[in-house]
Amino acid sequence: MSAVIEEHHEHHDHKPTGIGRWLFSTNHKDIGTMYLWFSFLMFFVGGAMALVIRAELFEPGLQLVEPEFFNQMTTLHGLIMVFGVIMPAFVGLANWQVPMMIGAPDMALPRMNNWSFWLLPGAFGILIASLIMSMMGMGSAPNFGWTFYAPLSTTYGPASTDYFIFSVHIMGISSIMGAINIIATIMNLRAPGMTYMKMPIFVWTWFITAYLLIAVMPVLAGVVTMMLTDRNFGTSFFNAAGGGDPVLFQHVFWFFGHPEVYIMILPAFGVVSQIVPTFARKKIFGYSSMVYATASIAFLSFIVWAHHMFTTGMPVAGELYFMYATMLIAIPTGVKVFNWVSTMWRGSMTFETPMLFAIGFIFLFTIGGFTGLMMCIAPADFQYHDTYFIVAHFHYVLATGAAFSIMGAVYFWIPKWTGNMYNETLGKWHFWLTTIGGNMVFFPMHFVGLAGMPRRIPDYSLQFAEFNALATVGAFIFGFSQLIFLYNVIKTTRGGEKATEKVWEGADGLEWTLPSPAPFHSFTTPPQVR
Amino acid sequence: MSTTNNGEYFIPEPSKWPIVGTIALTTTVIGAVNTIHSGSLSIILPIGLLLIAYLFFGWFSTVIDESMAGKYNEQVDRSFRIGMLWFIFSEVMFFAAFFGALFYARVFAVDWLAGGGNNAMTHELLWPAFEGIWPVLSNPDNAAIPAPKEAMAASGLPAVNTAILLLSSVTVTIAHHGLRQDHRKPLIAWLAITVLLGAIFLVLQAEEYYIAYTEMGLTLDSGIYGSTFFILTGFHGLHVTMGTTMLIVMLIRSIKGHFTSDNHFAFEAVAWYWHFVDVVWLGLYIFVYWL
Repeated sequence: MSAVIEEHHEHHDHKPTGIGRWLFSTNHKDIGTMYLWFSFLMFFVGGAMALVIRAELFEPGLQLVEPEFFNQMTTLHGLIMVFGVIMPAFVGLANWQVPMMIGAPDMALPRMNNWSFWLLPGAFGILIASLIMSMMGMGSAPNFGWTFYAPLSTTYGPASTDYFIFSVHIMGISSIMGAINIIATIMNLRAPGMTYMKMPIFVWTWFITAYLLIAVMPVLAGVVTMMLTDRNFGTSFFNAAGGGDPVLFQHVFWFFGHPEVYIMILPAFGVVSQIVPTFARKKIFGYSSMVYATASIAFLSFIVWAHHMFTTGMPVAGELYFMYATMLIAIPTGVKVFNWVSTMWRGSMTFETPMLFAIGFIFLFTIGGFTGLMMCIAPADFQYHDTYFIVAHFHYVLATGAAFSIMGAVYFWIPKWTGNMYNETLGKWHFWLTTIGGNMVFFPMHFVGLAGMPRRIPDYSLQFAEFNALATVGAFIFGFSQLIFLYNVIKTTRGGEKATEKVWEGADGLEWTLPSPAPFHSFTTPPQVR
Repeated sequence: MSTTNNGEYFIPEPSKWPIVGTIALTTTVIGAVNTIHSGSLSIILPIGLLLIAYLFFGWFSTVIDESMAGKYNEQVDRSFRIGMLWFIFSEVMFFAAFFGALFYARVFAVDWLAGGGNNAMTHELLWPAFEGIWPVLSNPDNAAIPAPKEAMAASGLPAVNTAILLLSSVTVTIAHHGLRQDHRKPLIAWLAITVLLGAIFLVLQAEEYYIAYTEMGLTLDSGIYGSTFFILTGFHGLHVTMGTTMLIVMLIRSIKGHFTSDNHFAFEAVAWYWHFVDVVWLGLYIFVYWL
């Protein structure tokens, strides 16, 4: 995408050239582009792992891979999709959009911004190196699931676990610096007149997400540090023989982990809140309730973590508390879904690709939300725990939720980034194949899960065979249709129908007042916001 | 990219430091793991640490040069302040994870291992002799994990250290007042005293660790009491070390004549950090040593 920017704006901007432009960048757009491409690359790496998993599960019995390798696939697929795809994609979107949407010249701390990005290839290089070494027969890559519960990751973890621990530390440093940067940008670089309650919802959701990141990434660093000392220096945090408790690991992990899942969904809410009003040609319904709902969800995320651990040992009072607290989340989330639907009500709607993804998000994320509500009921969760029902739930909110919003956001904003319109027909093909494939892979998982099929197992009983075969076919449709996306994105960066300044008829906001492609420096003087 | 011509915004030139930082951190962690695994120092680790030192020296030199050249306007100053404040908040959350582990172990884990709640059978079947008293001076499995002979008292060295840190918070504030009134001599004198107090704290902490290891059997691998004790005081000590280093840099810069009475963000940031380290110590003193 950047190549095109260069082509059209040489007269306007002087900018560094060659590899140094990317290595030493202090430009929010270049850094955003790197984040997005990194995420795209990891999407295919993590996706290939998902296809290995689904291929193995196509029929009962062990066919393609050893169970040990299967475990490494599930672990790395989860870690890569969470930390390498969804989070970097949203940071990339924030990098591109937040300064343009608030009328700033760049991010507040541009050098730190570049460091945040470049730490990611370091961290994932270490992680993926452990898999490559495992494939060459030298030890095992992390194999304990993306939640790396003790004692699987402490007493029984392979040697590569220590590399994994430090890789998580580096990802954490990257996320914290990225979050601090976003907070400083939003607090300090808003254009005159851009009061907090005039900020676009995407900026609001990222503002709140950044606080979640600063609050919980250090806790993740803490828990992996305790793993490190338990593994290597004889501490007893997660070892009952020394007075510790493996369940302590789960508490600290999920104190990070629950806000983490909202870190992955709140920016998605923001994206959908930008797309839906644009294509409904109406202002968003209930702006302030959107803001308060986002803040409420963020607050609640800190006090519900043990609903991930109903079966792992807790006093009954604790189970009840975490069950009821979790139910509360349905209220602000419901407010949001209601507001999106109300925004569309009597709107003058058109269904370009971004809108299709946004509506797909609203439908499919809501399905994932409802299964979440089922699982928060502690006695019912005793049956769902560690089954494919859980896998179905979090793929509805992350794959057809968060990832859908990212795809929608790319189609929505890529004309602004590159100055070219994407191919609408290919975009629609991408949407429909992804939606059909996604539902084929994840919907049957509800049924096999309720019937008792456990997650993270390479083999299963015969009665689950049909649904698993269907899911595998769906997974390959889902996976390969992303090549359409890749092709469409590359094609758009290289040329195509020229986009106008406003791009979309119903577009509203500061980013649409800039030329397409947006100049290297967004706003060199602050625009005035009425 | 260059600074904008109209002087409205400051955006730094392209910089090599982020890449140096990535290489430094990645090298360091690979060196650290190799050292842990092989049991002897991997050459990669000191290379990584040197790169980190180079990174800090180089990056901060650039920033100081830019600051001295007057490139930073009020807006940049505000961004730095916001950045530092939320960085300190992230540090608070890092310690919160270990305090959380301490509270969980004290209130739940130890009690349940001793049969508390509905865990009578767990206690009976696993380690029926375990009594569950904090500090844990008899571990559930004493053969595998020998327990400490005695607990660290709150009086003595820790009390002296508390006084030293509290005093150092006062002296750094006096130094700051000196700077605000442009009185260079009291600034330097009180800052030097603060550095000295930080160093004394570290020496006394080392002394305490020495006694713990040689006389009390209180070690990192002596069960949950030793684990929580050393992880909390250890990370705190590491932060005091970083804080003292930062104070030394401020002292050198003060002697060199940097800072003005109304423009000295670096000094304030270090002072904030020092107060943060002080507050964490108070939490430690109350929950690790005293109660």
